[in-house]
Amino acid sequence: MIHAWEVGTIVAIVAGLVGFFVVLRSSAFPAHAIPNGAFAGAAGASLIGASPLVGLGLFAALGALSIAWLGRRTRSDIATALVLIGMLALGAAFLSQSTAYEPQVFALLFGEILGVSSTQLIPIALLGTAASITLLALYRPLLLGSVAPELARAKGVAIRRLDLVFLLIVAAVTTMTVPVVGTLLMFALMIAPPAAARSLTNRPAIALTLSSLIALVVMWGAIASAYQMNWPVGFFVGAYGALSYGLARLWRRATRN
Amino acid sequence: MFAPGFFSSGSVHTALLLGTIVAIVSGLMGVFVLLRNQSFGGHALTDVATTGGAGAAYLSVAPLVGFVTGAVIGAGAIESLSRDRSQRRDVATGIVLGAATGLSGLFLYLTATTSSATGVTQQVLFGSLFSVSSSTVPVAAVTALIVTVTMALVARPLLLSSLSPDLARARGLRTSWLGLLFLLLVAVAVGLCAISIGSLLATALLIGPAATAMRRSRTITGAIVMAMSVGLAATWVGIVLAYDSFTWRATGQGLPVSFFVVAIILAFYALSHVPLSRSRRV
Repeated sequence: MIHAWEVGTIVAIVAGLVGFFVVLRSSAFPAHAIPNGAFAGAAGASLIGASPLVGLGLFAALGALSIAWLGRRTRSDIATALVLIGMLALGAAFLSQSTAYEPQVFALLFGEILGVSSTQLIPIALLGTAASITLLALYRPLLLGSVAPELARAKGVAIRRLDLVFLLIVAAVTTMTVPVVGTLLMFALMIAPPAAARSLTNRPAIALTLSSLIALVVMWGAIASAYQMNWPVGFFVGAYGALSYGLARLWRRATRN
Repeated sequence: MFAPGFFSSGSVHTALLLGTIVAIVSGLMGVFVLLRNQSFGGHALTDVATTGGAGAAYLSVAPLVGFVTGAVIGAGAIESLSRDRSQRRDVATGIVLGAATGLSGLFLYLTATTSSATGVTQQVLFGSLFSVSSSTVPVAAVTALIVTVTMALVARPLLLSSLSPDLARARGLRTSWLGLLFLLLVAVAVGLCAISIGSLLATALLIGPAATAMRRSRTITGAIVMAMSVGLAATWVGIVLAYDSFTWRATGQGLPVSFFVVAIILAFYALSHVPLSRSRRV
């Protein structure tokens, strides 16, 4: 339980940071597809007895690379959809061959707070730090590339490489988030808090901070509620995320008039 | 090729019939989904359909009803959230998607803890075409017919509003109502896809064949016919291979239909990138 709390804290802060750029760059679909498809990696890893975290990381990175690669050959939303279904189909095949109990599959998809072990803490903390540092180092070009791609290109920013690096960051965050909130709900944590933050302020640096803070509140609330009611943590992440967004929209409407 | 008992098995007949209906409807809707740049929306509806399917499993209602109801409610929610112009469509879609996924987690959890039925998670998410009850076929056929007829009626205005929304508005078309109607039709189609290859993979039938067809066909009608054909081929061959796969290993552990269907769809898509001849290369 205490591990879940620690891991959840790291996960929420990083997801809030990455999510801010996901919303800014309109990358909701790839940010949904990478964790969703990476689930296949975890299923495959459990099939051959490897660590699910390794499988997740491998498939998340593979998914990010494929989306970037295919995205150069066709419309990016089609590329994302095709990569997603390819990975999910592999996941279905792995699952049909494995003897995993339903609760294990369920935990993989929807998260499980009591399943977080202390051995996962260090890799998750390392991944989170690496992702955050990369993100903050790229803060300016990412912001410019998201808001004004033409201007960024004129200033010599390598847009394609930036896109790829961003997708790989999403892949890294996916890998660290999944043990707690599950592959399906990872996305909710990356989209609702930043969308709420952006409804509250127009200033990027404040929105970025606010996004992480809201994600943190959602995560802590979800873990506490899941512990109290013994329901899956993913449900609360999804529900509180949507709630935070709804409240932020109401606040915006109230302060505007 | 054909494992023993393929032609005499009742569940294979049901699978083939249902697969045919689903491939035709999803090919039709898929082309329009891509024309309107709504792959993410289409995919999101499959995840909202999951919520409906999970809810149906919890309440012991027929899965098709659950899938379709879930997707239709999701379509309404996405469309009404997108009305607010200050917020972009993909964010609205994402919020609905996230909340719905959480809810399906809850339903699946409650089903697994309150009933003795096993494999609910896998069945809802990944489908099992061979275990669909034969009473689903007529319901699916009627639903599919309604979707197709409605599409035939609104095809022309829909096409105009997809390709040139300003022109459509200038001609007095209510584009936002058309958009809502279209998303509702997609929702119903997605519900049908979900019952055949599972809600997680329903996107495959919706997007895959249409993406292939639109690379090769120069007209909308041609693309629709081609998308349907690709979907049909993938579904039929997928069913044969999946049935066959039970005999591949001594343990009798087969591979799911959805895996084969998606693999074939992706193969078709890869083939569509092969240039037919140097002169026709686009």
